[in-house]
Amino acid sequence: MAEGLTLRQVGEDALLVEADRIERVTALYIELLARRDELPEIAEIVPAARTVLLDGVTDRPLLLRKLAEWTVPLHPAAEGPLVEVPTVYDGADLAEIAARWGVSPEAAVRIHSEPEYRVAFCGFAPGFGYLTGLPECYELPRRETPRSSVPAGSVALAGSFTGVYPHSSPGGWQLLGRTTLTLWDVRRDPPALLAPGVRVRFVPVPDTLSGSRLPPAGSRATSGRATDHR
Amino acid sequence: MNGLLVVRPGPLTTVQDLGRRGVAHLGVPRGGALDEPALRTANRLVGNPSGTAALETTVGGVAVKALSPLLVAVTGAPAPVRMDGRPTAWGAPVAVPAGAVVEVGPATYGVRSYLAVAGGLAVSEVFGSRSTDLLSGLGPAPLAAGQVLPVGPAVGPYPAVDVAPLPAPPVELVLRLRPGPRADWFTAEALAGLARARYRVATASNRIALRTEGPALARTREDELPSEGVMLGSVQVPPNGLPVIFLADHPTTGGYPVIGVVPATDLAAAAQARPGTPLRFAPLRGPRVRPGT
Repeated sequence: MAEGLTLRQVGEDALLVEADRIERVTALYIELLARRDELPEIAEIVPAARTVLLDGVTDRPLLLRKLAEWTVPLHPAAEGPLVEVPTVYDGADLAEIAARWGVSPEAAVRIHSEPEYRVAFCGFAPGFGYLTGLPECYELPRRETPRSSVPAGSVALAGSFTGVYPHSSPGGWQLLGRTTLTLWDVRRDPPALLAPGVRVRFVPVPDTLSGSRLPPAGSRATSGRATDHR
Repeated sequence: MNGLLVVRPGPLTTVQDLGRRGVAHLGVPRGGALDEPALRTANRLVGNPSGTAALETTVGGVAVKALSPLLVAVTGAPAPVRMDGRPTAWGAPVAVPAGAVVEVGPATYGVRSYLAVAGGLAVSEVFGSRSTDLLSGLGPAPLAAGQVLPVGPAVGPYPAVDVAPLPAPPVELVLRLRPGPRADWFTAEALAGLARARYRVATASNRIALRTEGPALARTREDELPSEGVMLGSVQVPPNGLPVIFLADHPTTGGYPVIGVVPATDLAAAAQARPGTPLRFAPLRGPRVRPGT
């Protein structure tokens, strides 16, 4: 098996591949998708923070042998689609985030919108992507008291991850801003804008809806379509 | 039109088929009937492909009115079945004339009864499934009085089966457990004692998980586990030490260590175990761990 990976059999027909760091998880996930045809049938490939779960494997011994021959780079070979997320940086926690970083709110916006992120995995709710790419020195804990309702489209961060709430839900992440993009739509293909492997940029935009914190009914985002830069 | 009018929705009645596959990486639970053999049997009794969408009740049953002549069958948790007030068969196909009300009464024992109808429930599919997913809200909402559920055209030949043997819900729930992937997060005592530990099914159990009451499983480490993929039957142990067995509507990732996985074939019995049912685990030989080179 490639450097930095450990295989664990799980249950009767699953395999958990553990990586030494999240970047390798993403690289492995992209590799698994690209080379799925070479492998025995796998019902679900579920990346997470340090692992990829391969569930519903038809021939686990064969999969173990195949994966043993793989080498997985630390960085994904394929570029993956890029999604731009226009973001109004007026989140309820922006001032506190800036203070914790020891910078002005304007600088905090620059810090957050500068990196190119990568969706490492989805969890918590359908279409909720955990994005990596924020430098380690900007990690912040969750809020001590979660909010009972965080609006859909909220751009937030917790720990080393950035995320965008696809639905209104309770949540404990620190709120930086908001986007009008529809993150999740079961009638769309792909349903999740921020699916694992996707590259993401946050683009600061001014609040054009002065006085209103809600987008007008029927408004459609103009950007955010996935463009394949593979 | 072919359809069922919901007369009495019962405490929690949902549409279920075999659930969703291939979307766990987007955070979508698999969903689907908790007692899959009971769903399959109900469908066979009415001549449907065995994974066709049917109704899953929760303890209290359901009452529906046939808007056209229909063939139905009730399986799963045994319950009195009535048509326009007269007793009729459980576990067998029942021809229902247009306008008649079929009532599944409260479960005699067990939790979930299945009412299948020839042609299947023709609600819209989401990711290839008509199942209600109570974790993420996909699929149709739980049944409400006055709602009409569309029924598809019957495809069968008329079923050759007219009565089906079904296992009785267990007096004691014994769940086999394949240790791992995080059994090494628990003390040797917790692991060694697991086969002897006596639990009960907790009241907070639902379609997402079977929760337990009993001895807490002690961990050897208190650090946080980075979120990782979990599967049907994964037994996660939160900080209170009480095992939680993931059922169909389980989250796709979890941040607590999974001590072992219950084989899917044991979960039908779990779906029928009422709160208070004694529960124990029967550990299977653990899998190998292959370290990296």
